[in-house]
Amino acid sequence: MVKQLSWKVGGQQGEGIESTGEIFSIALNRLGYYLYGYRHFSSRIKGGHTNNKIRVSTSQTRSVADDLDVLVAFDQETIDVNYKELHDGGIILADAKFNPVKPEDTNAILLSVPFTQMATDLGTSLMKNMVAVGSTCAVLNLDVEVFKEVVEEIFARKGQAVVDKNMEAIKAGYDTTVEQLGKTEGLMQLDEADGKKRMFMIGNDAIALGALAAGSRFMAAYPITPASEIMEYLIKKLPELGGTVIQTEDEIAAATMAIGANYAGVRAFTASAGPGLSLKMESIGLAGITETPLVIVDTQRGGPSTGLPTKQEQSDLMAMIYGTHGEIPKIVLAPSTVQEAFYDTAEAFNLAEEYQCPVIVLSDLQLSLGKQTVEPLNFNEVEIRRGKLQGDLPEIDSKEYFKRYEVTEDGVSPRVIPGMKYGIHHVTGVEHDQSGKPSESAANRIQQMDKRFRKIENVKFNTPVYKNAPHEEADLLLVGFISTRGAIEEAITRLEADGLKVNHAHIRLIHPFPTDELMPLVASAKKVVVVENNATGQLANIIKMNVGHANKIIKYNKYDGNPFLPHEIHTKCKELF
Amino acid sequence: MATFKDFRNNVKPNWCPGCGDFSVQAAIQRASANVGLEPEELAVVSGIGCSGRISGYINSYGFHGIHGRSLPIAQGVKMANKDLTVIASGGDGDGFAIGMGHTIHAIRRNINVTYIVMDNQIYGLTKGQTSPRSSTGFKTKSTPEGSIEQAISPMEMALTAGATFVAQSFSTDLKDLTALIEQGIQHDGFSLINVFSPCVTYNKINTYDWFKANLTKLKDIEGYDSSNREQAMQTLMKHEGLVTGLIYQDTERKSYQEMLHGYSETPLAKADLNLDQAYFDKLVEEFM
Repeated sequence: MVKQLSWKVGGQQGEGIESTGEIFSIALNRLGYYLYGYRHFSSRIKGGHTNNKIRVSTSQTRSVADDLDVLVAFDQETIDVNYKELHDGGIILADAKFNPVKPEDTNAILLSVPFTQMATDLGTSLMKNMVAVGSTCAVLNLDVEVFKEVVEEIFARKGQAVVDKNMEAIKAGYDTTVEQLGKTEGLMQLDEADGKKRMFMIGNDAIALGALAAGSRFMAAYPITPASEIMEYLIKKLPELGGTVIQTEDEIAAATMAIGANYAGVRAFTASAGPGLSLKMESIGLAGITETPLVIVDTQRGGPSTGLPTKQEQSDLMAMIYGTHGEIPKIVLAPSTVQEAFYDTAEAFNLAEEYQCPVIVLSDLQLSLGKQTVEPLNFNEVEIRRGKLQGDLPEIDSKEYFKRYEVTEDGVSPRVIPGMKYGIHHVTGVEHDQSGKPSESAANRIQQMDKRFRKIENVKFNTPVYKNAPHEEADLLLVGFISTRGAIEEAITRLEADGLKVNHAHIRLIHPFPTDELMPLVASAKKVVVVENNATGQLANIIKMNVGHANKIIKYNKYDGNPFLPHEIHTKCKELF
Repeated sequence: MATFKDFRNNVKPNWCPGCGDFSVQAAIQRASANVGLEPEELAVVSGIGCSGRISGYINSYGFHGIHGRSLPIAQGVKMANKDLTVIASGGDGDGFAIGMGHTIHAIRRNINVTYIVMDNQIYGLTKGQTSPRSSTGFKTKSTPEGSIEQAISPMEMALTAGATFVAQSFSTDLKDLTALIEQGIQHDGFSLINVFSPCVTYNKINTYDWFKANLTKLKDIEGYDSSNREQAMQTLMKHEGLVTGLIYQDTERKSYQEMLHGYSETPLAKADLNLDQAYFDKLVEEFM
């Protein structure tokens, strides 16, 4: 019996690899296991190697597994590319169709199963994925009946006959593999799960749900990997709430349309990835100087330019903090789990209205697309706070403008929306006076700049740094942001087992930087390793700039497009002692 | 009820004396009063350039954005609050150069926004460079040997993009221009009104006199039918685009917001932000 195992299915893109993983995962999720799936895919529709690596565990996991227990292969390339991940005694379940060959330098067991042939015999080769699922059941000693409910849901609209055929395919795969193994108890068996129902979702789903919970009713967006799922989810749901998503002609239109809608009083937002954010930069500056609330999600991927569109990277950090010409107040959040992606996105809408500035929710491909089991989201934790948005206004002379940019102590001015009587004022991206009229006066410039920056002197955010810091004096502090959290946590467990005292800090409020929160942890650690998916150590540099202690900060960068694995961080840190 | 004077504010425009944009400003103010608007019910969104300043010269809600992006901002405003009257405005550089992509897509999207272009065939605020509306051979600071590019024909372009309201006017024709803006505001869909608005400082070719000599009023063309798209196109081609009046209107096609599935009857800006717990639970259940 094992507490966790890792299963991977691979083949050519467009062959249904994703849906095989999906069916496998949903069924196991419903049994109460914690799933963590990460897809390897290319920027093309058909062809090219793709795989879906899924970790099944009896406790929460947020990292891609170091190795592999079972590899389901629909072509030889899948074996050749992935077999080195298999540990001794790992299993390759391969389609007999391509006459699979086991590489010489592995102790894995190869079972050649006629996935395609059996599916064809049952009516259509499309069901080869189902045969493979059944075959997996035999190896893991899972009852095929656990797939019945999922198969029924997926194929219900195609009729009972299709449902029955697919179940037959699963059973056929199971029976054949049992026969090949010559036994029924399987080769490896998972501990029983707790049977609790939990959500199974990607980070982008949580971001979209967070926006809905926060009262966002309008999204303007342009399709891009890995952000599109957010708009695709919301276009299904927003019409149920009277709202909508507009797919705009370009990224600039998405940002400016969201600005227009926010100005007019709706919690509107947009989501994109690096290339889109580059195009939105001027608009972000407009939101900054006009003090228009604006939530933008950046699902980072490999850059620069088109870069690695389907790969993991965290290299937009500096651009998100400083991007746009000129200087504006801005808030940058970086959720590190799917749950946090939900709460932080919802909170982003509050911060945008309270501080009247752009708020960027920084995600990355691994968080946005990694499909995983998620503990319940507490809807009651989502508050709606609209800052200084005004209700009815006192009468003013009809020719006087409302002081939309009134200089106040906290820098935040009263905000009105079009349609309100006595609220008329001007909004402009030109430097302006308190009523929004263009002004080039030096005194006014300083007054308005100072007012805008005063707003973010004391940004209140619930947990600016996620900390797991049991040691007053630590040998090592590991720091990361967004999706590196899972791999860091697992590495820490191993480092502690090695006898090291290790603290963990994950930065959730990137800007304004929570210096006071992080300072004591950095100060009390002998060494600080900053783990990040970029080449230049952007987070490490931000920490050096804000916190200091440059001499003990060590950069650990990975920029090959793949997520960190726990053993990599473990090995790297061990080398330091 | 508000009069055109209620749409005036106490800001003095920084346009050159004689600029065509003064008349456009007056026409917007008059048309707004004539259709029965109160100042707070109007939002004027403008781009960058001399004409882009117009949002600051009308007593209404005004949003002066970034270069070329008045249309997506205006559409966002309208999507958020469909009870507002939304006018987008700017120059020919704003709408037909840097913002051309938005212009085409605003036309085909057909959100109920009135777009008024102040077309002076030159870049004024940057002190006299060529515009996509400058005629071939036109000498400017950026085309010292004369422009060798073809000028855009915005009215023909709008027709091919599926416009439901296309009109053109001349800034001195205050009465006609005011009437067209009223029609544009009342049209349920996107309305494009291109206004020849001479630049007295940098354009010595397309002057007031030049327009007077070269423009044809559509109402003077016998049998002109503004519901006939084919005739509209032929007339524009025949007169090289130099016509004024209502060129084309499609009253059949519904606006974007009318056609939108599930779109709220009450303006989104007034919607309750709170989700119902049962609805949220249903969303959660779908992921299990």
